[in-house]
Formats: sequence, C-alpha cells, structure tokens
Amino acid sequence: MTLRRPGEFVTPPGRLTHRSLLLSGVSGPAGDQTSFNDPSSEAGKGVHFVAPRTRAGAADQGEQRQLLAAADVARTIARIAHQIIERTTPDAEDADRVLLLGIPSRGAPLARRLAAKIAEFSGVTIPTGTLDVTLYRDDLRRRPTRALESTSLPVDGIDDALVVLVDDVLFSGRTVRAALDALRDHGRPRAVQLAVLIDRGHRELPIRADYVGKNVPTARDEGVSVQLRETDGTDAVLLRRRGTETSR
Amino acid sequence: MRHLLSASDLGGEDVAAILDTADKLKQTLLGREVRKLPTLRGRTVVTAFYENSTRTRVSFEVAGKWMSADVINVSATGSSVGKGESLRDTALTLAAAGADCVVLRHPASGAARRVADWLADHGTSVVNAGDGTHEHPTQALLDAQTLRESLGELTGRRIVIVGDVLHSRVARSNVRLLHRLGAEVVLVAPPTLLPTGVRDWPVRVTHDLDESLEGADAVMVLRVQAERMHGSFFPSAREYAIAYGLNERRLARLPEHAPVLHPGPMIRGMEISHAVADSPRSLVTDQVRNGVHVRMAVLYHLLAGEETAV
Repeated sequence: MTLRRPGEFVTPPGRLTHRSLLLSGVSGPAGDQTSFNDPSSEAGKGVHFVAPRTRAGAADQGEQRQLLAAADVARTIARIAHQIIERTTPDAEDADRVLLLGIPSRGAPLARRLAAKIAEFSGVTIPTGTLDVTLYRDDLRRRPTRALESTSLPVDGIDDALVVLVDDVLFSGRTVRAALDALRDHGRPRAVQLAVLIDRGHRELPIRADYVGKNVPTARDEGVSVQLRETDGTDAVLLRRRGTETSR
Repeated sequence: MRHLLSASDLGGEDVAAILDTADKLKQTLLGREVRKLPTLRGRTVVTAFYENSTRTRVSFEVAGKWMSADVINVSATGSSVGKGESLRDTALTLAAAGADCVVLRHPASGAARRVADWLADHGTSVVNAGDGTHEHPTQALLDAQTLRESLGELTGRRIVIVGDVLHSRVARSNVRLLHRLGAEVVLVAPPTLLPTGVRDWPVRVTHDLDESLEGADAVMVLRVQAERMHGSFFPSAREYAIAYGLNERRLARLPEHAPVLHPGPMIRGMEISHAVADSPRSLVTDQVRNGVHVRMAVLYHLLAGEETAV
C-alpha cells in the first residue's frame, strides 16, 4: 500500500539536467522545482513537470510556456479580490456573511491570499477555511488510494453564508462537483460561488466559475501547472504540451 | 493493501497513512450536521463475529455506515454456524453473497489468515477483528492513535502494558505496532500469565508494577480473560488486584502526563479500580471514539482505491 498525496512531488528521471539548465537565472528556492506528476490528481489539471522560464511567453522547443509570471499571478489575485468585493459588498451593512473556502492543495493558499487582498482593499476581514473533497470524488476507484487533505471550516460554520469556493485550475468540473456535495454535508450556505485562477476549458459537467483569473484555451493533452510560493516556492502558471500522452 | 490480518503486515508508512487518514476523518466529521460520507457507496462490509463483542463490532458497523457502505452483521448464534457449517463454507458463502470485505472475529488463532487464503480468488478483503490469542490489529491502531493524540510522536516513549499478556491478542498486536513506531514497551504480568517465548519479543518484562510505573509515559491495562483460563493462573481475584491492579495509589506514582488506557471491557475492582477507570487520566472513551475513525481509515485504505492486482 503506497499513498500518493496530491502535492507530493516526483522528479521525473532524465529531466534533471534540463531542469537545472532552465533554473539558472530563476529566483526562488530551486530545490522546490520538481514535478507534480501525480496520476491521482484530476487528469491534466494538476500537472506535470514544468520548469519555470526566465521570460514569459517564450517557447521551449514548443514544449512548455509560461502563462503567468509571479507579478501576473499577484495582479490576477488582486483583480479577483476586487471582483469579489464588487459582487459581495462585504463592507455593506446588509451584506451576506462571506466565507472563502480553498480546495487543497493549491486552493487553500489562494483563498488566504484572496482574503488578505480583500482585507487590504475593503478593510473587511473575511474568514477562510479549507475543504478537502477527496472523500466525495467520483473517481476514487479508478486510482490508487489517495491520502486525505485537511478540512477546516470557520467556527461559525457555513449555514446561511455566501461561500466562495477557491481552486487553482477549473478543468472537468468534477472537483467542484465533489466540493458542492461536501458542502451539503457541512450545512446549507445561502449561496455558493466559484473563484479559479485558471479556467482551461473542457468541462464535463454543467459548472462555471463566477470569478476567473485567466481563461486559457488548452488542448486536452496539455497540462496547466499553477505554482504558488506556499506550496512550490515560487509563483507561476505554466502550460505544457504532453505530446502523445492523453489525459484519460 | 488487500487484507489487514496482523499488525506486522503494516510497514511504518502504512501505519502513518492509516493514522493520518483517521486524523483527517476525525477533523472532517467534527461538529458537522451530516455524519455521512459517500466514499464507500455500493461496497458491502460483512462483520462475522464468532465471539462476543460490543466495541469492535459497533465501531466497525458505525465506521462502514458513516462511509455509506452497506454493513451486514453475522454472528455465530443465529446463523448457519449453529447448524454446524464450517468456517470455510461460511466464508465462501459471504464472498459469494457479495461481500467486498469480511471483518472476522474468531476464537481460533490464525482464523483470519485461513479465511484470507480461502477467499484469495474472490477479491474479498479480510480484516482480523481478533483471532483467539493471536492478534487484534485495529485495536493496536486505535491505541496508537489515542497515545499519539495524548503524547505526540511515540518514538522513545515508554508504554507499560500490564495484565493477562498470555491470553491477550491486544498485547501482541500492540507490542508489534508500538515497537514499529519506536516506542519502548514494558510488559508487567505474573509469571503464569506470560507466554513462552516472550523473551524474544522486543520488550522488557517485569513482575513489579510499582517499579515499572516510574518514568512510564502511558499505562495500558489488559483485561483478565477468565473465559480463556482453564486452570488457576493466580490464587484469587483479590490477590491479583493487589499485585497487578491499577488503583489510585499506583496512579499517583505514574508521571502526571501519562494516560491510562484499557481496551475494554473493563472488570472494575480486578485489573482496574473504579476510581482509576473514571478518572480524567483514563482515555477509555477516547479509545472507543478513535476506534471508529481508525476503522473508517482501514476500510478506506482497503476498499476505496482501485482494485489492486491480486
């Protein structure tokens, strides 16, 4: 019995030289630049080895491309924070109780960053939490046993609150479906909204995001990798063509 | 992981994975309205109990139901076992009827292993819920979980296990698991209640409970298993209680941080006094609570992932 955690990093063999070359000139702890090559994550969503690039947009033999650099990630999060303030008016008198719930692993730090920005822009501190959806996934029996991640909800619970789910990449929509089921067992929010850093298309369920950092048209066999300081040591979003590999 | 038959089947990583999963399950179920997860929807768990049980059976049933498995209870009385059906035939029947997992308690040591062998071609998982005087791995896991919550990491911790070691599957599973987790295990028992071969176990053995309590990080009290005793192992219950019972005077000798555990059912006045059993140092109800989460974690690891190649 071996477990792979979403967020466990695996360095693919034969890529080390390539990686170290690419890494030269990149700031941030290089030791963290490894692959997230985890078959148990939502296919194609989270991701494959991608080395960070020094210049945004530059192609590396047509293999991988940086979609957002660190500064773009920060700006995008700030923009989503403004949109959440606009839509939910947390500083109004009759405002809903707004909660940000991040879906592990990378949704969790994203939710905390959004809350920090919302506090900075509006002066209102919004409670955050994490919601692990592993136990609600519809593909558990198709993969090796997954490790569970943390769930921690604000002490007041989610009843009658406006819950904003936060995730890094919106792909098939199955993670969000699982999150909606999980929420239902925790209580009855007044409404649920969805904020994602990247929407890469290819929905398999009737689900859409309320706040999108960047729409990225992708092919199914491409991988989108969101890297965050908290989990990966650096901020970036990368697109990688997987060649003949297909995601499912 | 296909079966859970013995604590020695579990590597250090497996133990950590199961206990971490149990932690997360506890966290996610804490204070929620609906204590039901869809994870094992459509899977069938059969508990087959050939011996009496309250805690183990109930907690396996609760664990399965909280994860939406269908749980069916079979007991030796009231089933075809009473008509003379063999264990093998009963096991094959349960597998044929669609059990994805059989949780077995049986008075014969090694029964769970035999059933696992018989069901090798059926894709049915077997969990040993106590086989004779051999093993009770999920009890050891929930004890480890309870100790971990109370003490933190168990490496280098001294755990005293006192009582009827000879007949105790709980002691055997705990010795294996605690040793695997790096704890130092001290067994305390009268010479008549120690198994032959105990010298080869990774433990320190003593007959003096008072001395062993100094510097202990936890005490686990075992039940005196009268139903397995066909002979006189000690002169009288009173004499046993005086020499090996955990009473208030002895509790005072125990360092303040050290909790008291008992796998249950407790025989008050024998191995443990009323005052100790009801003291805040006793974690008996925490053990039961953790038992549900640990058994959920075990079922999750056995049944939730993809079918492993046999």
